[in-house]
Amino acid sequence: MTSAEIKAAIESQFPGTIVENKELADRQVELIDDQWLDVATFMKNDPNLSFDQLECITGIDTGEEGPLQTRYNLHSMEHRHKIEVVISHDRANPKVASIEQLWRIGDWFERETYDMFGIVYEGHRDLRRILCPDDWEGWPLRKDYEGQLDYHGIVVPKMKEESGWE
Amino acid sequence: MGVLENRFQDNVIVASLDKFLGWARSTSPWYFQFGLACCAIEMMASAASRHDLERIGMMPRSSPRQADVMIVAGTVTMKMALRVKKLYEQMADPKYVISMGSCATSGGPYWQHGYHVLKGVDLVVPVDVYVPGCPPRPEALIEGLLKLQEKIQTERPLTRKSA
Amino acid sequence: MGVVKGDQMILNIGPQHPSTHGVLRLEVMTDGEIVSEIRPHIGYLHRCFEKHSENVTYEQVIPFTDRCDYLAAMNSNFGYVVAMEDLMEIKVPERVDYIRVIMGELNRIASHLLALGVYGLDIGAFTPFLYMLRDRERILDLFEYTCGARLLYNYMWVGGVSHDLPKDFEKICIGFLDYFEPQISEYNELLTYNKIFVERTADVGVLPADVAVSYGVTGPNLRASGVKWDVRKDEPYSIYDRFDFEVPIGTGELGTVGDCFDRYLVRMQEVIESVKIIRQALKDIPGGDVHQAIPKKIRPPKGSIYRRTESPRGDLGYYIVSDGTPVASRVKMRSPAFTALSVLDEISRGWMISDVIAILGSLDIVLGEIDR
Repeated sequence: MTSAEIKAAIESQFPGTIVENKELADRQVELIDDQWLDVATFMKNDPNLSFDQLECITGIDTGEEGPLQTRYNLHSMEHRHKIEVVISHDRANPKVASIEQLWRIGDWFERETYDMFGIVYEGHRDLRRILCPDDWEGWPLRKDYEGQLDYHGIVVPKMKEESGWE
Repeated sequence: MGVLENRFQDNVIVASLDKFLGWARSTSPWYFQFGLACCAIEMMASAASRHDLERIGMMPRSSPRQADVMIVAGTVTMKMALRVKKLYEQMADPKYVISMGSCATSGGPYWQHGYHVLKGVDLVVPVDVYVPGCPPRPEALIEGLLKLQEKIQTERPLTRKSA
Repeated sequence: MGVVKGDQMILNIGPQHPSTHGVLRLEVMTDGEIVSEIRPHIGYLHRCFEKHSENVTYEQVIPFTDRCDYLAAMNSNFGYVVAMEDLMEIKVPERVDYIRVIMGELNRIASHLLALGVYGLDIGAFTPFLYMLRDRERILDLFEYTCGARLLYNYMWVGGVSHDLPKDFEKICIGFLDYFEPQISEYNELLTYNKIFVERTADVGVLPADVAVSYGVTGPNLRASGVKWDVRKDEPYSIYDRFDFEVPIGTGELGTVGDCFDRYLVRMQEVIESVKIIRQALKDIPGGDVHQAIPKKIRPPKGSIYRRTESPRGDLGYYIVSDGTPVASRVKMRSPAFTALSVLDEISRGWMISDVIAILGSLDIVLGEIDR
């Protein structure tokens, strides 16, 4: 199925869940975050869509004025088609339903996005940091991240600010 | 062998006690294989058949209690730094540390934006020899080990240390 | 006699332990020797690759990708430049494609040799480790002859490669392949048909196909469970569709489909297939200038791309977001070893602690790639 047909199938089952976004490419679709768990269950179990492989979950910080986003790349081994789902979060309180029970790799991918961006995945059974130590402060990959000055007595030098491009 | 040249006739060897002790202590340092990242692969390659480390007396040991030299090969991160200190304390005296590669020396290519990288392992343990490179060739690591042997030979373990 | 009531013990393996493939900490809950749960703790090698890639230019990211999967640095570079060239719509000269395939496949052989040698070492066999490293040194000699480096190359650039093949490269490479093919039967005698090795790996740690797909396992681990999925055949990139090679899958030859022995055997067979690809590429390689399509300044259009390629560990994916400046807005590396490690808990329940070491070795993980 092409991306347009996949989007039509989602829209017919869950009307109003697709958000119009001119900046996205053809292979991407943006959804509202309320019904994400139901849409994901439908996308996995429906025999025409059958997205059984979650390739990648990426967290994106779109800049100061923009939202935080989570992007899910999905692929079907049976039909060999793909789609990318984009969900935007409010910067002050980013959260969305967790899909780790549908695709088991979602467990570690969501922990990593939580560690780097601070997006909370509700319903995740064990959401804690995975790469940084448990007592690390801050969300490292956000654009406004200020490194901490020391960690257990060892000095972490501040990151150098760039002064512009040569 | 600088210790034994032109110093013997038939079966008599004359040298100072410090030199003998230096020779005995330096020619068989057992290393603690503390490979963390890419430099660990070059450390394994130096221990394999082409550049053999055992011909200069180094034998790999996996436990810090049985080792003399700790080769810190690879990037040390903040999460790992506390454990490096603990492992160093578990080694028995006399102990030496070789910092292999530029990540262990000063943070390496991650010095500028690495919020989680320790900028040099000498912030947590005292280092004797630094081997630069990214990663250093096995020949460079062997040169570092020979320099460590020279350093051990010039130590004087019998001299009472002044307070 | 009544039943002896036991209690759970927590055994801590790592982060420094000779049989973990890097700094990995496993918290193993055991009842005696039988494992009931494993919790892996990673992040001891988190070197902030993604933060660096948001602060340096696109060309300067390539040495950082080398250092993530340091055993297959050519393939890590390959994945990044393929994704960038798709984003910028650059077409490279044919000679560059052939050189990239030859280097990628040579590095696949080197990576598998190291993985299998270290696996033998974990099980207790020291000789195959030395033999495989000896042959891997000859491949590293070829790389050093071409670009000057043994382990981390910075060889593949966006739009081309850094150095052309030197004089007599084809002759030396074919000499190496002629020497190497009979060695595989020597490895088979030492390890593959060794009774102790087979007893320790056959039927151990079976990974069923649907569990593998749900956990995102790809590459030789997925193929050993019977699923025929290879990015070089199913989503071909570069010129892989011109070559004639098989995709070996696990058949449960000496045990069950998807056990540790199958994962070992698939890697052994892939080495033979890579030799075939290199021979075909060396025969047909055309002439040309390798630096002709390299852009002076890399400034991709605004947008994003996700592209995956086949590294020796599985599907290596790069998600690149560009905002029109010479510096990336986000580069995410989807590493295959991350997903392979996540399935360790599921497949080692009920086995003994020494079997956990055998299962971990068969998954072939590299911590540099997992922690980035």
